Amino acid sequence: MNKYISTAIALFASVSLSYGQANISPAKPQSQRIIVLGATIHTGDGKVIENGYITLEKGKITGIGDATTVKFSANDGRLITASGKHIYPGFIAPITNLGLIEIESVKATNDQDELGDNNAHIRSIIAYNTDSKVPATLRSNGILMAQITPQGGTISGSSSVVQLDAWNWEDAAIKKEDAMHMTWPAAPRGRGGFGGGRPGGAALGGVDPNERTQNAIAELNKFFTEAKLYSEATPAVTNTRLAAMKGLFNGSEKLFITANVQKDIVAAVTFAKKYGITPVIVGADEAYMLTDFLKTNNVAVVVKQPHALPNNVDDDVNMPYKNAAALNNAGVTVVVSIDGFWQQRNLPFMAGTASTWGMSKEDALKTITLNAAKVMGVDKTTGSLAVGKDATFFISAGDALDMKSNKVEEAFIQGRSINLDNLHKQLDKKFSDKYGIK
Amino acid sequence: MKKILLTLALVFSTAFLFAQQTYPVNGSYDVRPGLYAFTNANIVVNANQTISNGVLLVKDKTIQSVGTGTAIPKGYVVIDLKGKYIYPSLIDAFTSYGIPEAQRAGAAGGFGGFGGRQSVFTSTKKGAYNWNESIRPETEVRTVFTIDTKKADDLRKAGFGSVNAISRDGIARGTSAAVTLNDGKENEVMLNDQSAANYSFNRGTSSNDYPSSLMGSIALLRQTYMDASWYKGQKEEYNISLEQFNKQQGLPQLFEADGWANILRADKVAKEFGKQFIIKSTGDEYQRVDAVKATGATLIIPISFPKAFDVEDPSDARNLSLAQLKSWELAPTNPGVLEKAGIKFALTTYGLDAPRDFWANIQQAISNGLSEKQALMAVTEIPAGILGINDKVGTLEKGKLANFLITSENLFKSGNIIFENWVQGKRFVVNKMDVTDLRGTYNLNIDGVGSTILRITGTAGGSVAAIERLGADSVKTNATFTRNGDWVTITFNLKKNPTGDVRLSGYLTGASPLAFSGDVIVNAMAAGSWNGSFKEAAKEAPKRDEPAKPAIANGPLIFPFIAFGNTTMPVQETVLLKNATVWTNEKEGILQNADVLMENGKIKAVGKNLAAGSAKVIDATGKHITAGLIDEHSHIAASGGINEGAQSVSAEVRIADVINSEDVNIYRQLAGGVTTSHILHGSANAIGGQSQLIKLRWGKAPEELKFGGNDGFIKFALGENVKQSSSTSSTRFPSTRMGVEQVYVDAFTRAKEYEKAMAVKGNNVRRDLELDALVEILNNKRFITCHSYVQSEINMLIHVADSLGFKINTFTHILEGYKVADKMKAHGIAASTFSDWWAYKMEVQEAIPYNGKIMHNVGITTAFNSDDAEMARRLNQEAGKSVLYGGVPEEDALKFVTLNPARMLHVDNRVGSIKVGKDADVVIWSANPLSIYAKAEKTFVDGIAYWDIDRDAQVQKAQKTEKARIIQKLADSKNAGARTQRAFGERPPRLYACESEEDYWAEVNQMEGEHNHE
Repeated sequence: MNKYISTAIALFASVSLSYGQANISPAKPQSQRIIVLGATIHTGDGKVIENGYITLEKGKITGIGDATTVKFSANDGRLITASGKHIYPGFIAPITNLGLIEIESVKATNDQDELGDNNAHIRSIIAYNTDSKVPATLRSNGILMAQITPQGGTISGSSSVVQLDAWNWEDAAIKKEDAMHMTWPAAPRGRGGFGGGRPGGAALGGVDPNERTQNAIAELNKFFTEAKLYSEATPAVTNTRLAAMKGLFNGSEKLFITANVQKDIVAAVTFAKKYGITPVIVGADEAYMLTDFLKTNNVAVVVKQPHALPNNVDDDVNMPYKNAAALNNAGVTVVVSIDGFWQQRNLPFMAGTASTWGMSKEDALKTITLNAAKVMGVDKTTGSLAVGKDATFFISAGDALDMKSNKVEEAFIQGRSINLDNLHKQLDKKFSDKYGIK
Repeated sequence: MKKILLTLALVFSTAFLFAQQTYPVNGSYDVRPGLYAFTNANIVVNANQTISNGVLLVKDKTIQSVGTGTAIPKGYVVIDLKGKYIYPSLIDAFTSYGIPEAQRAGAAGGFGGFGGRQSVFTSTKKGAYNWNESIRPETEVRTVFTIDTKKADDLRKAGFGSVNAISRDGIARGTSAAVTLNDGKENEVMLNDQSAANYSFNRGTSSNDYPSSLMGSIALLRQTYMDASWYKGQKEEYNISLEQFNKQQGLPQLFEADGWANILRADKVAKEFGKQFIIKSTGDEYQRVDAVKATGATLIIPISFPKAFDVEDPSDARNLSLAQLKSWELAPTNPGVLEKAGIKFALTTYGLDAPRDFWANIQQAISNGLSEKQALMAVTEIPAGILGINDKVGTLEKGKLANFLITSENLFKSGNIIFENWVQGKRFVVNKMDVTDLRGTYNLNIDGVGSTILRITGTAGGSVAAIERLGADSVKTNATFTRNGDWVTITFNLKKNPTGDVRLSGYLTGASPLAFSGDVIVNAMAAGSWNGSFKEAAKEAPKRDEPAKPAIANGPLIFPFIAFGNTTMPVQETVLLKNATVWTNEKEGILQNADVLMENGKIKAVGKNLAAGSAKVIDATGKHITAGLIDEHSHIAASGGINEGAQSVSAEVRIADVINSEDVNIYRQLAGGVTTSHILHGSANAIGGQSQLIKLRWGKAPEELKFGGNDGFIKFALGENVKQSSSTSSTRFPSTRMGVEQVYVDAFTRAKEYEKAMAVKGNNVRRDLELDALVEILNNKRFITCHSYVQSEINMLIHVADSLGFKINTFTHILEGYKVADKMKAHGIAASTFSDWWAYKMEVQEAIPYNGKIMHNVGITTAFNSDDAEMARRLNQEAGKSVLYGGVPEEDALKFVTLNPARMLHVDNRVGSIKVGKDADVVIWSANPLSIYAKAEKTFVDGIAYWDIDRDAQVQKAQKTEKARIIQKLADSKNAGARTQRAFGERPPRLYACESEEDYWAEVNQMEGEHNHE
């Protein structure tokens, strides 16, 4: 069926389109020096260069600064004039099942959620599908990198950071196994049922929810203790789960813990610290109540979904919008994300929302560029625009954090000017042509 | 058959009075005269009359006389009450006393999609009964009732003498029976074997899938009234249920409703059929007492109040919502509030953990404004009247049943003791009446211990004891004290001299002065004897010096009764918005530096430099002003399930019946600039339910949210949900898109035939609410908005509509509308779509964000909708995405969420643009409304600012203070010894989307089941 559809599209494409989804090829490596002149450059580390220039060679940024201080001629490489336009570092989508899932309701296309509770040995990168139709629809909104993340169990396994223009997952990988993901066993706080329900907390399967939480935490302690010991000595018997934890203890892999409620966030951070790990807290709905604690412990926070309803009826109706700014303004390193895979094309607007509700646009930009790169451990090569870093950025006609003006005209991933076509643009053209409209 | 039933009833009704006479006796007859005279009593005849120093004569089961100075005939047992009180015993009009517990069949899971249970479309009950098992008026309590001695004893101890026994199962539940709480034989206790016909919205144990929602229950009840009326004049069908339903219409009609909103819903149905329900509710009527009063219904309300929350852990206390806190505080005011409002009500023990809590709660209600007089009426005369047994019980009058209480003092006084509860002339002792009052201080001499002092205090003539020893080894300790008549046991431990337990047992040796003597056991060894002599009367426990904390006064009511509720409703004002960028959506386009004047809820003027006059002026310099946003596809503000998906056609159900004014999402969406929402039935079936257009008038009652005067719509649906793609067990037709076509063809073909048959004079055609709605569609009196995804099915429905002669008004979702835009345009069909959703299911694999743009450019009236409580808060941003995907001009883009939905909902004459004469539904934005940086600062509906971002900040602050106040009160109440429950938060209200399939009743009943079995 899928094949049939893609064939149909390919056939059609050959008639009236220059590209079809199946032949939106990854771009060839950068062959010549590229110079972009005259744009407002948002560097991703909080700075703005008005009327700036940026040069790139062999995939890396070789120069960046004030355009009035430099002169280039046509012989210096490909010159792009971008006056009045904006340059942004490629946006990075944190914690997404992109490429692990194609159609949510079709089980056969779902590879994001493994069975079992402890999946420490699971790694997402090998299932990342570079032929998915989705990444191309994200690139055209400026999302050029993503942290592909597994979801099942209490310990879900390792994510990897990829760039979104690749032939296969090996090409795509920027950093394999950048982070281990787990979900903190939440302390029960509501009662079962809707509109009230039974008092005393629902006992599922006869086990008291409080006890269930305590058991789960005890199990985690046991596993982390064993994993730490396993990483320090040569084990007699190989255990793939314990082995997969090694990176957490030598610092090569980060630990992302999902926790939303005040008590759970404190418990999760304290837990990780016990094993010498500084975690990244994900979700973090109530992190704004804990800014001092988070700062003291140097904990970064991934705000899961600013476009969300408040958790409680009584909460400030705009609390989910304000959360990121509250943390940022208190000095916590904040990353902003959005749930899902196709939804990632709205990631820029999550940052825009964070700005609307209390932080500067450049700080908001950081939450989907440099801060994201930092928590994933890829900030040495990407996340901001600086000499020596990957030339992964795009040119937008307007403010890219606002849907009204986000208009990506050209995008580079590691210096390669990528194809910004996608399935949606093709279908738009197909039917606009049918009706003779634009 | 009818005759037999009637004869049976006659035999029964004459028989029960003398039931015992028909029973043979094994051995000699033992008939006692049952003659009693109660003297020196304060006889409370009824709430208005008390006889002091009166005499009550009882002969067998009845009261022979009530009065003063009555000469006592010979042969009477005289009981001198010495100033004690006699009250009529209490009546509970709502119990399930003596009813066998029904087996729940339907609670296993949802219909179709989940739960895995096979669908059950029609009744599985054997016999000529109704098609739906929840219509079971054939149930007669008198035939299943059995005396429950344990429950009767509990109820008698609480003071009750008679109750109404109801089979609480189903929507039409059949007849209840009023019985006394006597023991013995069922034949003797019956007071009224047809006390009421009973109803509810709850499907109960029915094994049928339908109804799976509240609106389905309401529709079924409505249809049943119509079926019953049709049944009288037809000869084709024999139906015991409908026959019984008709017979019961002369009885009191008793409806069990859950919450004030359901009181209003039940009453609305009743009025449609010229009925008046007596309504048993849940005690939250104080929240909307005016609306409840307007129903004219007599109520039966519970006297159970929320238990205090344990707020010791601030982190737990934070879980509690304002609504939980306020209802804890205000629920005890409910009876008083109803009394003040002049609403007639009875009180029931229903919902109490135990009948013994009844008195503590009634005292709480009295200290919260309920008068004692009303309290007494609510448990005697009023329930007697409701149940048609006021000729037998409820007051103390000659000829009535000897159902009365003997109490130590005023029934409602704290510390009052119920001594005896007489039922039908039979004595049930609750507390022994003539026990000696042992309270006082005694000097004790105890062998092996020495002399000590004993203090007896407490209730019922002494229940608590303490021992004190003076001088050397002075010690004070509490003792365990038990007494059985004049025999007492006192156990205590003095720690030393002697060590170990000291146990005194003994008896009263003198009455005046009081004296005891008996044996003493020390450390389980007999140690000799003891005696005690009365020293002085017990002193009142000395009051502690610290002044009693002043009671914290109750907070105000809020509308709606949840967070952000209004203490005073915002009012309509004449307002001039000055100097803004005004997006008129009219030919004037976007006006710079313009003003908008609102008056009497309408837009009065638009233009530059308008004169303020008496208007309140709001400087809107730098701001943008638009018409309020309109969400063509919403599922907020509805109760009890959004899908009635048990059948493929459910055109009979109405969202109008289940509007929920207490949904916080109303407020949240006002904060996003939304003023009008089209509340749709879900997409579980091909022909869904009738929708309701509302305005977000935060704080108003459900009926007042309705838009008013607009055309009615109905939801249709195509595709995966309709064919139940995600279900592995569904047997509901259809399961393919091919089948979906035939559902429409069949439904509309039937509707046309029905219309024709209805037109023939004198035809007794069965009114069918489902077909009525379809006929309305055929006659352009109701309009379709159809959930749709892929082009094949869209094309199909257009063809079906053409061939059967109806119109499609709107395709909603319509994610492949871009593929059939030319056909839609040719048929004048509007489109209401998502901006950018795709890939969440198979039928949206080719959904594209350019869809809106293409349809708009082809010339279709195009809107963006939410179908989601979250997205609805930023519909303006969704409109902004049409600029991103396809470059729709900004002015047109805004119309996607304002004027265009107004057009497709046929209300563009009222809303959707800033035009003189239109409703003053207006939003002030901080920036260009299509931008991510725009905030709605004020949202007006009918010229009333229901959302104001500055006022919201104040409301939040006030709300925190209010919560802190009640939490302090909770802490005080715990310190004062109140029982508490853990401070669990309420789960947030359920959010509905098209695909929200649930079996509402299965969940309700499962929860009630769990609660009952704790």
